[in-house]
Amino acid sequence: MKRALFAFAALIAASPAAAETVAIVNARIEIGNGTPTLPSGTVVLKDGRIAAVGAGVSAPAGARVIDAKGGVVTPGLVFPSTNLSASEIGGVRSTRDDNSGSLSAGFDISYSFNPASAMIPLARQTGVTTAVVTPTLGGGGGGHAHDGWEGDGRDDFAGGDTHGLPNLFAGQAATITLADGRDQLLKSKVAVVLDLGEDGARAAGGSRGADLVLIRAALEDARLYARNRAAFARGETRELGLSRIDLEALVPVVEGRTPLLLRVHRASDIRQALRLAREEKLKIILEGAEEGWLVADELAAAGVPVILDSQASLPSQFEALGSRLDNAARLQRAGVQIAIMGSRDFNNLRQARLNAGLAVAYGLPREAAIASVTSVPAKIWGLTSTGSLETGKEADVVLWNGDPLETTSWPVAVFIDGVEQPQSTRAFELRDRYARPNASGYPPAYSH
Amino acid sequence: MTPRLRAALAATATAALLSACATTGTTTPANKPAKSETPAKPPRAGLDPSARPDAFPSTYAPLPSRTTAIRGATVLTATGQEIPNGVVVMSGGKILVVGGADTAIPADAEVVDGSGKWITPGIIDSHSHLGVYPSPSVPAKSDGNEATDPNTAYVWAEHSLWPQDPGFNRARAGGVTTLQILPGSANLFGGRSVAVRNVPSVTMQGMKFPGAPYGVKMACGENPKRVYGGKGRTPSTAMGNVAGYRRAWIDAADYARKWDDYRAKSEKGEKADAPKRDLTLDTLAGVLRGEILVQNHCYRADEMAVMIDVAKEFGYRITMFHHASEAYKAGALLAKEDICFATWADWQGFKMESLDGIEANAAIAYKAGACTVIHSDDETMTQRLNQEAALAMAAGNRIGFGITRAEAISWITANPAKAMGIADQTGSLVPGKRADVVIWSGDPFSTYSLAERVFLDGAVVYDRKDPRYQPKSDFELGTPGAGAFHQ
Repeated sequence: MKRALFAFAALIAASPAAAETVAIVNARIEIGNGTPTLPSGTVVLKDGRIAAVGAGVSAPAGARVIDAKGGVVTPGLVFPSTNLSASEIGGVRSTRDDNSGSLSAGFDISYSFNPASAMIPLARQTGVTTAVVTPTLGGGGGGHAHDGWEGDGRDDFAGGDTHGLPNLFAGQAATITLADGRDQLLKSKVAVVLDLGEDGARAAGGSRGADLVLIRAALEDARLYARNRAAFARGETRELGLSRIDLEALVPVVEGRTPLLLRVHRASDIRQALRLAREEKLKIILEGAEEGWLVADELAAAGVPVILDSQASLPSQFEALGSRLDNAARLQRAGVQIAIMGSRDFNNLRQARLNAGLAVAYGLPREAAIASVTSVPAKIWGLTSTGSLETGKEADVVLWNGDPLETTSWPVAVFIDGVEQPQSTRAFELRDRYARPNASGYPPAYSH
Repeated sequence: MTPRLRAALAATATAALLSACATTGTTTPANKPAKSETPAKPPRAGLDPSARPDAFPSTYAPLPSRTTAIRGATVLTATGQEIPNGVVVMSGGKILVVGGADTAIPADAEVVDGSGKWITPGIIDSHSHLGVYPSPSVPAKSDGNEATDPNTAYVWAEHSLWPQDPGFNRARAGGVTTLQILPGSANLFGGRSVAVRNVPSVTMQGMKFPGAPYGVKMACGENPKRVYGGKGRTPSTAMGNVAGYRRAWIDAADYARKWDDYRAKSEKGEKADAPKRDLTLDTLAGVLRGEILVQNHCYRADEMAVMIDVAKEFGYRITMFHHASEAYKAGALLAKEDICFATWADWQGFKMESLDGIEANAAIAYKAGACTVIHSDDETMTQRLNQEAALAMAAGNRIGFGITRAEAISWITANPAKAMGIADQTGSLVPGKRADVVIWSGDPFSTYSLAERVFLDGAVVYDRKDPRYQPKSDFELGTPGAGAFHQ
C-alpha cells in the first residue's frame, strides 16, 4: 500500500473507505503501457488492486458491475510536474508554498501540502490520480502567462509576488496521491529540481558559465560533505558553498540514488545537461526540452526521459526558438521516454490529456500518447505500482464517457486504490447553484 | 534641495518656456488677426480630432484569389446551421453561395474535395496581445501595457504592434483570420484596440482591418489597483477604480461639449476658438458618441453590474466584458443589456477575482441568452480556440444543456465579430461577406483535427500540405527549425 511507506503519515491519515470489488464491463480499454487498445472488455478491481483485465474476463460473483456502455477505461493519469497541493491561488502569495526564498536544494515541498485544497478534487475530477509536486525557482516555471497573473515580467504585475533572489536549486520534489480522505504524501525527496538555461543563469548571477560552474561546485561540495560529515560539524572542512541542509539534500543526488530534475530548453543546454550527468554520474530527468527534437538521438542514447508540454510551438524565449508541435512525436520515434504535461498549474492539469491528443494530431501514435500521461510518467518517477491496467497494479482507474484525449469527454468515475472517489468539487457546487433559473424568488444563496 | 522641490522647479521652468513660445507667436504683427468678427481659422491638421479620424489608414489589400468551390464537407455556417455534404463557393473574395450537395458550382471554379472534412468561418480571437506582447518574450518587445498612468486612453495598440510576431503565423495555422489586439489590463483605461486581418505584412497598416471600429480597453478589478496602489497612487481600491472611471467620463463629456460648441459656432459663422485636442479625451468622447466600442476586462458578476451602472450614468454602452469568469452569475443581466462576454473554458482560480471561474461558465450564461464569446488572451491558446470552445460546450452538455456544434461555433466566429463591430463583414458563412473560411481535417471540436487550409478574403493564406502557403516571419528565418511548426 502506498500509505505504508510512511508510518507517521498512516497514523494521521483518515481511514480510507473499504475497497469494494468492482467490475467495469463493456468498456474500451486503454492499457496505458503502449500495448494496443482492447476494443471491448472488462476490468476487475479487487482489494485495491487490478485483479483482471481482458476481453474474456467475466465479473466475479458479488462484484459491483458498472456497465461502461462503450466508454473508455484508462489508468489514472499521472501528472509528472505540478504545483498541485503546494499552491492554491497563483496571485495570492499567502497561498503559495511552491518555492523558497531562503533554502536551495534543501527546500522540501512535501511540507507545503494542503490536503484540504479545493484544487485536489478539481484535479482528481479531471482523471488525475497521482502527481509529482515540484518546486520552482522564484515562482515561474512554465505556467501560462495570461492577464499578467504569473509574475512574468509584464508591467501589469508590478508590485507582484517576487520575494527575494532565486536560488541555484529549486528544492526537493515529492509524489502525492489524490485519494480523498487520505494523507496525500506518497514519498518525499524524490528528486532535486534545478533550472538550467536562462532561469538558471539568472539565479547564478547572470550567465550559464556561472551557473554550471556553481552547480558542479555544489555537487563536489556535497560529495566532500558526505565523506566528512563529522569534520564538517567540527568546522574542520574547507568552506562549502551551500548550507548544511542544502548539501544534505544533494547527497543522494551525487550518489546516484535520487534523480536531478533539470528544466532545460535549448538544444545546447540539453547537451550540457547530458554532459553534466555523464561526468558527475547523475540520474537526470529533463523538463521542457522544447528543442529536444534537435538532439533526440543523444537523449535516446543516454536513456534520459523527458517531461514536455506538447503545445509549445512558439519561439517564446531565445532559448526556445526551435519549439515545434511534433517535438513529442519526434522524441518518441527516436526512442526517448516522454511524459506529456499541461501547464504546471493546478487549474490546467486537464490540459495534459488534451496535449496528448494534440501530439497524436502531430504524429505521436495513440497508444504512446496514452502512455505519455500514465505509465511513462509513473515509470520516470519510480511509481512502479501505478500507471497501467495490469494485473496486480494498484487499482487507479478512470472510466470516461468517451475518448480521454478528446475535448468533449469527461471522467464518469475515478478509482484510487480501488476506492471510488467523490466527484464533488467546489466548482461543481457553484455550477449547480447557478446552472438553472431559480424561480423561488429567493437569491441563489438559498438554493443549496 | 529635495527631489520633490527639484521636480516642482523643473515643471515651472518648462511652463515658462512654453508660455514664452506662445507669446512670441501671438505678438508677431504679421500674424496678428484683424480685429473683426470673422470666424477663427479652423485648427491645423492634426489638431482637430475629426479632421483625420483615420490617421493611420489601413493599406490592407486582399491577396490574389480565384473562384473556389469546396464540396462534400460538413459545413458550420455560424448562423445556426450544420450542413452535411455541403458546398461553399467563394468568388471575388466574397462568399458567393453556401448550400447543400445540389448547390450549383460556377464553371470557372477550382473545386476542392472536402469529403470527410469540416468547414467553418475563419476563427476570430477578440482578445489577443499578438504583436504587442510578441514572441520571443523579452523586455525590449514588451509593448502591451503603458502602465504609467491609470488612464492611458491616449495610447493605441496599433502603435505597439510588431507585425513580425511569429504568433500571427501560428494563430493562422489554427484557423484564426481576424484578431482584436488589445493593450493590457494595468490601467482603468488601457488605450485603443485595433482589429487586424491575419496576413503576413511588413507594416501594421498592411494588416489593419479596413473600417473596423476602434475599441477602448477598460479594466476592472485587481490589476489597476495593484499596479497603482503598489506605487502609492490612486486607484488602490475597487472604489478608487470606479471613481477613476467616473472622473474620466466627466472630463470626456466636458471635452465633447466644448468641441460640439465650437463646431456649432463655426457652422453659424461665429467666432470660436477650437479647444485643445486631447488624445485621452478623444478616445473617451468617441465612446460617448458611440463610435468606439468599450471592451471591458472584468471578472466578477458584481463588478460587471457596477460597470453597467457607470455606463448608464454617462450614457455609453459596454460592448463586451472580457474574461468574465462569473458571467454565469450574471447571464440574465448580460442578456437584458445586450452585452457580450468573452471568457476561457477553464482558466480559473489564478487570482482572487477568477476564483469562482467554472468550466460551465460560458454554457450557463449562453443558456441565459447572453452573447457568448470564447477568447484566448494567450499566444498559445489562440492556436486552438476551436478546442477551447469545444471544452466550454462539453461542460454545458455535461449538465444536459445539449449545446450543438452549430451553436458553439458562433462563440469563436459570429459573436466575436459582433463584439468587434465587424459582423456585417465576417464571422459567418453568408453570401456577400468576406470569404474568411477554414477547411478542417475533421470535426473542429476534436483534439485531433487541424486546420488544413485557411482562406482570407477568398485567398489561400495557409495550407498545411503546401509549403508555398506556410509563411514565416522575418524573425523565424535562420532560427533552429526555421519556424517549421507544420507536420
